[in-house]
Order: sequence, then structure tokens, then C-alpha cells
Amino acid sequence: MFSRAKTKLVPVPSKSMIPERDIDKSPILECINLGITLGGLKAVEDFNLTIGRTEIAGLIGPNGAGKTTVFNLLMKVYQPTTGTILLNGRDTHGMDTVQVNKAGIARTFQNIRLFRNLSVVDNVKIAMNNEMRYNMWSAILRLPNYKHEELAAHRKALKLLSIFDMQDMADVRAGSLPYGAQRRLEIVRALATNPSLLLLDEPAAGMNPSETVELMESIRKIHDMFQIAIVLIEHDMNLVMNVCEGICVLNFGHIIAKGTPEDIQSNPAVIEAYLGKQKGAQ
Amino acid sequence: MKRLINLKRIEARRIFITYAIVTLAYIIFQVMSSAGLLSSSMRGMLVPICAYMVMAVSLNLVVGVLGELSLGHAGFMSVGAFSGVAAAVLMQNIIPIAALRLTAAMLVGAAFAALAGFLIGIPVLRLKGDYLAIVTLAFGEIIKSLLNNFYLGVDSGGLHFSMLTDNTRLLEGGRLIIRGPMGISGIQKIATFPAGFALTIIALAIVFNLVNSRMGRSFMAIRDDRIAAESVGIDITKYKMMAFVMSAAIAGAAGCLFAMNYSTIVANKFDFNTSILILVFVVLGGQGNMLGSIIAAAALTILPEKLRSFADYRMLLYAVVLIAVMLGTNNAGIKRFFDKLNPFNRFNNNNKDEDDEAGEAA
Repeated sequence: MFSRAKTKLVPVPSKSMIPERDIDKSPILECINLGITLGGLKAVEDFNLTIGRTEIAGLIGPNGAGKTTVFNLLMKVYQPTTGTILLNGRDTHGMDTVQVNKAGIARTFQNIRLFRNLSVVDNVKIAMNNEMRYNMWSAILRLPNYKHEELAAHRKALKLLSIFDMQDMADVRAGSLPYGAQRRLEIVRALATNPSLLLLDEPAAGMNPSETVELMESIRKIHDMFQIAIVLIEHDMNLVMNVCEGICVLNFGHIIAKGTPEDIQSNPAVIEAYLGKQKGAQ
Repeated sequence: MKRLINLKRIEARRIFITYAIVTLAYIIFQVMSSAGLLSSSMRGMLVPICAYMVMAVSLNLVVGVLGELSLGHAGFMSVGAFSGVAAAVLMQNIIPIAALRLTAAMLVGAAFAALAGFLIGIPVLRLKGDYLAIVTLAFGEIIKSLLNNFYLGVDSGGLHFSMLTDNTRLLEGGRLIIRGPMGISGIQKIATFPAGFALTIIALAIVFNLVNSRMGRSFMAIRDDRIAAESVGIDITKYKMMAFVMSAAIAGAAGCLFAMNYSTIVANKFDFNTSILILVFVVLGGQGNMLGSIIAAAALTILPEKLRSFADYRMLLYAVVLIAVMLGTNNAGIKRFFDKLNPFNRFNNNNKDEDDEAGEAA
């Protein structure tokens, strides 16, 4: 379905590999010995991962492996029990969700979390809140800078929506969109915060094969347009293998394999995690 | 693309209709009042109705737009009433024009209520849901108790205040303004119906303009999905505080207007029942629906008066009407019937239809 130039991965100091083209730039994300204990259970442990400045990476693993927990750690929904997260070289220790978002991470959710009662364009404009500078009094008195900034924000929101051809639905209630469009709107909303790292949690869940193909094209389009790093959690192996340059496989909270799609497909530990031990292979 | 629900058009129309209906009602009642067609009890209710409408609109900002239940809204009303009236008494000689003095008093009331809202907001807004509601209830009662024990006097030496007992020790010629549980008496009734109308329009303009800005969108984002709002960089505490303080300030101005319509005002007037009454206006009118709040406030203030002829059964009938209206407005069948009657509401079908249409359009 997709034929794209194979990316060569090269090692970086922190036990990880990033795309060769990003080697001169500092990595966008470095997780060092990241771990969290939730109710006595070590949900994620010894998680080491480096993401290149413009990498598209995949995070896969069986259900309950801790993939979404990693996203929640990166977004500071949970504070990690151990380890360090360096975002753009900056330690995110002690930051909360709002602060890491401002520092450049945005995410989508596994169970869609839109502002359902608001219009599509308002959903996007909410994400642009920190970009707009006018204060409460400008809004109440409708001063010129309110009008100017609102207009600029509206234009930018429509432009972002046009990535997914959604500009005609701008004034529709977000909760009444069809499922696939809701997933796409979540991605647009995340992009509206100007992230340098985009986390997509199962973007293709509930999509039919043709929608998935469209989504793959969109992910690559976003990547090329904004030159940002993307990490996605996905169960659709077709999407993962075609879009991702580096893949990280989690099982029971531990990384069991890292590498290019080719490496992962032939890795015995990964096959075992997904399919169980082969008979007689002991 | 078939007929998808255009929220922007509905919203713009709703705002226009709200202003139009409020203005029209004002003109009608003003004409009727000056033509002597209103009974004296009805004339006396015009200003309280305006005050309750403003209260309902301000509470709707917290309950309907921000999505947090506040059960202590009458507390802010009383802070505004007491500080505003005290300011009006002090300014009696400085500002001789009544309308100007009323405006200044309402601004003072709004400022003090905003301050109270801010101070209460610091602990309260760390909570959410039911816990927040119960703590606001407690703070409403605390404000009432504090004002019940507050003495404020003025003499040539300036302002003096004391708590629990009157220790103000005013000099000769001084005047005790707030007398603890006796409240303030001998208020000059300078609140007028036009002033009430003006405050209603200003409150509506503030709330509508705020809702249709980046702040209002943030309030609604917090209401719809708090986790998603945080993930796109919305500072929850900051925007909750902003909505809470703005709501308190508007309530303070309304409280001042309300108090200026009576010769005596006591803290016990603004108790839990008043808070609940305002909440009933908001819920009955529809959360987030300002016009609904205004109509509900007006109707439920007039209703008990109109039911006076039923003597002992008055409050019983009031409750029955309230239950009937609540059931009626939440019944899909009855709602659809009213939507059909309303020519402005062609786009406003219920949610199920919306979803179906959106599905087809895609």
C-alpha cells in the first residue's frame, strides 16, 4: 500500500536509536529509566526511549502492556515514580499537564475526548487559547484587539481543519460528528497547540480500512507539513509498519524490543508476546 | 453537505432574541406602570424581579457555562447589598444625584462581592462536583453569620467597625450604618426600574461577551471535558476563578440594587433558601440558557404573588406548578411540540436528530 524510503536508524548515547536525519539535532524526547507504580503494581518500569526531532515512532504491545500509561506519564497525568523525562532537553520534573503542553507535547485520547457541546471550530480555538493574548476586559468591551485576534484565530483554525477537509463542518456541534471525523478533529485540536511532539493514542481505532489508509496519509502529511515528531499507539499493524520509522514494543510494563519495522517483525520476543510461545520451541 | 446544525447561527440568534425580549418587556412594563395599569404590589416587584434576573444570569455563568454547582450565591448578593448600601449612605453628600449614587454603590457592591468571591474561590475551586457545591453552601452561611454580627459606624473620625457587639464607640454626631442582626435601616430607596433594566442588559452583555471569547470557550471546555482541557493547555484553576469572581461581582451589583429597593435590609434575607431559589431559576430556565434564566426568574417571582388569592394553599400550588414545569420542559415530546410552534427554532431539533443528520451528511 505504501512504499516509502526506508529510514536508517542510528544509535544515540541513551541506549536508543533515532532516524539518521535527526542525528545533528538534539532529540525532542528522552525518557530515562522512567517508571511508575500504580496501586502496588509496577505499571511501567525501566522505560528508556529517545525520539528524534522529526521521527514517527510507534508504541505497540498487547492490551494492558502500559502504552497509555506511558502517554499519561509524558503528559503528566501521572507523575512518574522513578526516572526522568527530558522534553527538548528540559527536565519536566514537577511540571503539570498544562505546563508540558506549553512546553510542546500535545496528545489525543484513546476514548475520544472532545468538547462535545461546542462547535468544531471552537474545539480548535480552545487549543489556541494560550496563543491569544487579549484579556478579559477586551473581551467584555469588544476592544479592537479582541476582534483582531479572534479573526486571526478563526482563520488559523479553519486552515488547520482544512488538513482533514473539515473546514465546511466548522460550525457543527462536535459531538454530532461521525466517529472518524471526531478522531480527526482531536488530532487537529492537538496540532492547534503548536506541539513539537504529537502523541496519538490509537488514532485508527474504530476506523474502516479505507479510513485507516486516509489516516496514514494524513499522519505523513502532518509530519511533512509541520516537521514534528509523532509517537503513536496503535493496534493496526498495517498502519504501524507503514508509517512508523522506529517502533518500541512494550509488554507488562517493560520494553521488550526496539528497532525498525523490519527488526520488530522478525523479533522472536515480540512474536512470543503477541502469539505466545511456539510449540516445541523450548 | 446537508442541513447540519449551524451552532454559530443559533447562538447569534439566541443572543439577539434575549436582548430583544428583555427590552420589549421593559418597554411594556414601563408604559403600563406610567399609565397606572399595574397594581401597587406589581410595581413594587419590578426592581426585585430585575435583581433576581441578574442573579440568575450570574449564577448561570458558574452553573451552566463553567459546569460547577454553587449553592452559596446569595452570600455574594448580601456582600454586595451591605457594602453597596453602606457606600451609598457614605456618599449621600458627595454624590447628590440619585442615579449616579446608585451606580457608584453598585460598583462598590460588585467590587466587594468580587473580593469575597476571590477569597472563597481560593479554597473552594480546588474541589469539584458535589464537594464544591457543599463547600459553597457552607461559605454562603458563613457570610450570613458574619454580616449578622457586623457593626459599622461612621463619625467625624472616619469609619469604625466591630464584630459580635457594638464596640464602635462613635463620637457625638456619628451614625451606626450596619447594626449587626438589625441590618441596615432607613435606606433611601433609590433603586428604580430603569436602573434594574440597565443592570440586566449590562449583566447580559458581560456574560454573552465573555462566553463568546477565549475565556468563555475555556469555561465551556472545562465543563465538557476537564482532562482534555488540561491537555490543550487550559489552566483550570485560573479560568474557574475568573468565572467565579465575575459571577460574584455581578451578583454583588444585583444585591445592591435589590437592597436599595427596601428601607430595611437584614442578612437573614440572603440565606440558603435564596441561594436555592436562584438555582431553581437557572435549572428551570436551562443551564447555559440566559434567556431561560431570565424568564424563569421573572415568572417564579411573580407566581407566588399571583397565587395569593389561594391563601393557605399558595406555597403548595407554587410547588405543584414548579414540578409541572420541570417535568414539562424536560419531556422530549412536549419540547418538540414547543419547538414546532417557535418559528425561530427551526434549526434547533433535539440531539438525536442532529446525530442522524450528521451521520447522513458524512
